[in-house]
Amino acid sequence: MSAAPDHTPIMSRAGLADRLGPYLPVLLILAIMLFGLLAIPSMSSWLTLTVSGLAMGMMIFIMASGMTLVFGLMDVINFGHGVFISVGAFVGISILLILGHMTEAPSLALNLAAILAAVMAAMAATAVLGWAFERVIVKPVYGAHLKQILVTMGGLIVVEQLIIVLWGPEEIYILRPEALQGAVTFAGAAVEKYRLLAVGIGAVLFIAMRFTLRRTKIGLIVRAGVENGEMVEALGYRLRLVFVGVFIAGSALAGLGGVMWGLYQEVITAHMGQEIMILIFIVVIIGGLGSVEGCFIGALLVGLLQNYIAFLEPKLALISNIALMVAILMWRPQGMIPVVKAK
Amino acid sequence: MIVKLLSGDTPRSPVLTLILLAILVGLAFAPFLFPGVRSVDTAARICIFIVLVASYDLMLGYGGIVSFAHTMFFGMGAYGVALASTHMGRGFEAVALGALSGAVLAAAIALLIGLFSLRVRAIFFAMITLAVASAVAVLVSQLSTLTGGEDGLSFRTPRALTPAFKFGDELFGVRLNGKLLAYYLVFGVSLLLFLFMLRVVNSPFGRVLQAIRENDFRAEAIGYRVVGYRVTVTCLSAFIAALAGALYAIWLRYVGPDTVLSFDIMVDILLMVVIGGMGTMYGAVIGAALLVLAQNYLQELMGLAAGTVEGLPILPELLNADRWLLWLGILFILSIYFFPTGIVGRLRQGR
Repeated sequence: MSAAPDHTPIMSRAGLADRLGPYLPVLLILAIMLFGLLAIPSMSSWLTLTVSGLAMGMMIFIMASGMTLVFGLMDVINFGHGVFISVGAFVGISILLILGHMTEAPSLALNLAAILAAVMAAMAATAVLGWAFERVIVKPVYGAHLKQILVTMGGLIVVEQLIIVLWGPEEIYILRPEALQGAVTFAGAAVEKYRLLAVGIGAVLFIAMRFTLRRTKIGLIVRAGVENGEMVEALGYRLRLVFVGVFIAGSALAGLGGVMWGLYQEVITAHMGQEIMILIFIVVIIGGLGSVEGCFIGALLVGLLQNYIAFLEPKLALISNIALMVAILMWRPQGMIPVVKAK
Repeated sequence: MIVKLLSGDTPRSPVLTLILLAILVGLAFAPFLFPGVRSVDTAARICIFIVLVASYDLMLGYGGIVSFAHTMFFGMGAYGVALASTHMGRGFEAVALGALSGAVLAAAIALLIGLFSLRVRAIFFAMITLAVASAVAVLVSQLSTLTGGEDGLSFRTPRALTPAFKFGDELFGVRLNGKLLAYYLVFGVSLLLFLFMLRVVNSPFGRVLQAIRENDFRAEAIGYRVVGYRVTVTCLSAFIAALAGALYAIWLRYVGPDTVLSFDIMVDILLMVVIGGMGTMYGAVIGAALLVLAQNYLQELMGLAAGTVEGLPILPELLNADRWLLWLGILFILSIYFFPTGIVGRLRQGR
């Protein structure tokens, strides 16, 4: 009896392309950064653009994550998600304007305290609004996509008009808190302080969200619900409650994103949510509906590409996102990390 | 004969028939019944929006596809006429060529977007059209050398369609000039397009569309190529929307991003379709007539109402004439819940 051949069968090792497959989206971010490095002549402007691209991507991710999860869990597509962004921005900025003495003081601690208060208020307000939105607008139209799109669009119109009623039709200008104005110089590149803060908050949130989804029981239920909701319900979990919770959390995150976006742009309007929604849709589509990781990667891709292209060829920046979406959909028609099976 | 003209799809409700007849007569004789620049302008706007909204209904009510790019198609027709008239000089050839090329371009873009997104999942279509439409709107306002940017383009339509052209004296106190001809051009083309769409939805093609709307899986199982039908109706709808845009440009003799491409028009179209009644071509007529009239006259009423509650907190703000969208939005949500077939469906039920 001869010994079994000691070489491993070729079958058990997948080809390089197959093994790389799951990591390709991450590699795509690096590829775009490399593209930027090659295309942009000076190193320092590349660094500045990369940081602002990452900051923008992180903020879009914060706003988009709730929407993609809500879709994954209950197959609910919320076209009114943008309204939480606007409401969050208006509540948060109002609080900041009230706390003017704290934001104008040159102390970082006081500034951050003011921002924290604003963010808390905004998140509380959007969480309540999200709960009401779910109860009044989304609940009656489960399972009917067409009606969902129309009704949530109607909700968007109504709440936007209510914002105008409460805050007036003019845009509100706001200055960033004293300690967050200006830029720090790093390796010859000017990097705005606020953008660094945004990148930090975004990264922390992503890690926290990943931890919640991967390591906790509630995260397990949410992930299982996205994969196969009926099975989770058959096991005795009340998926509806989980869904309401995710909807509220997603709304609150959108509110947080709204405050951050408002401070980033230094101006807020009632229509801002609607405008950002377009970016959010692109991100959610290229990421794969229902996937948080895909949403994160998509947001970073959009943020980076938009900043690079705006620097290289300003006129193209508008269609660069659409081109990115088209390219990715040609490559993977269900988005980069498809989670939900086509329903 | 009339039944044949309506492709066998009669209003099926006496009240509805009366309302439709009133609208038809009102529009057909608008320059004589309601003389005055503003009322004729309102009538022309109603005609154009009827076509636009009906073409949207073709997609939404019959095909079950939600698109947010309908103003983009509308704008393509309008800009087609404007650009052709600017570069080729005034004349009917320029208008015809501009309208046609705008419509063909709109259909081609609809084909591309449709093949891209309808193949995967119908809701992708809604999101992708929203993204593409906003990109196009920004692009049009940026490419100022070609499109005139935010200022838009003013251009000259054929002389026969301008107030300077006279072909006789007064008739029933209405001056017989080119503006009258322009109105009847708008009215006639709108009527023809509407009857054509009525024909389409009552053809075998329209029946298959309705089947797909009700249950696409089953339609596919019976052997219809769902994607093919959906893409076809999207293209057709885009084509007609662009023609409506061309009529609008001819009527206004001006195009600009705010008048033909803004998202507000998209919202108006949605409100008109849903309030009038989805999946019933007549809903477009009622919705468009109601909302255009409301836009032009309800705002004054609301202004009056706001005046009476002056001094109370918040209330005057809620009734401010600019807040009419708020009330229409609430009406929109309620009508989706309670009357998904809109006014027309309600009237037909009440028979």
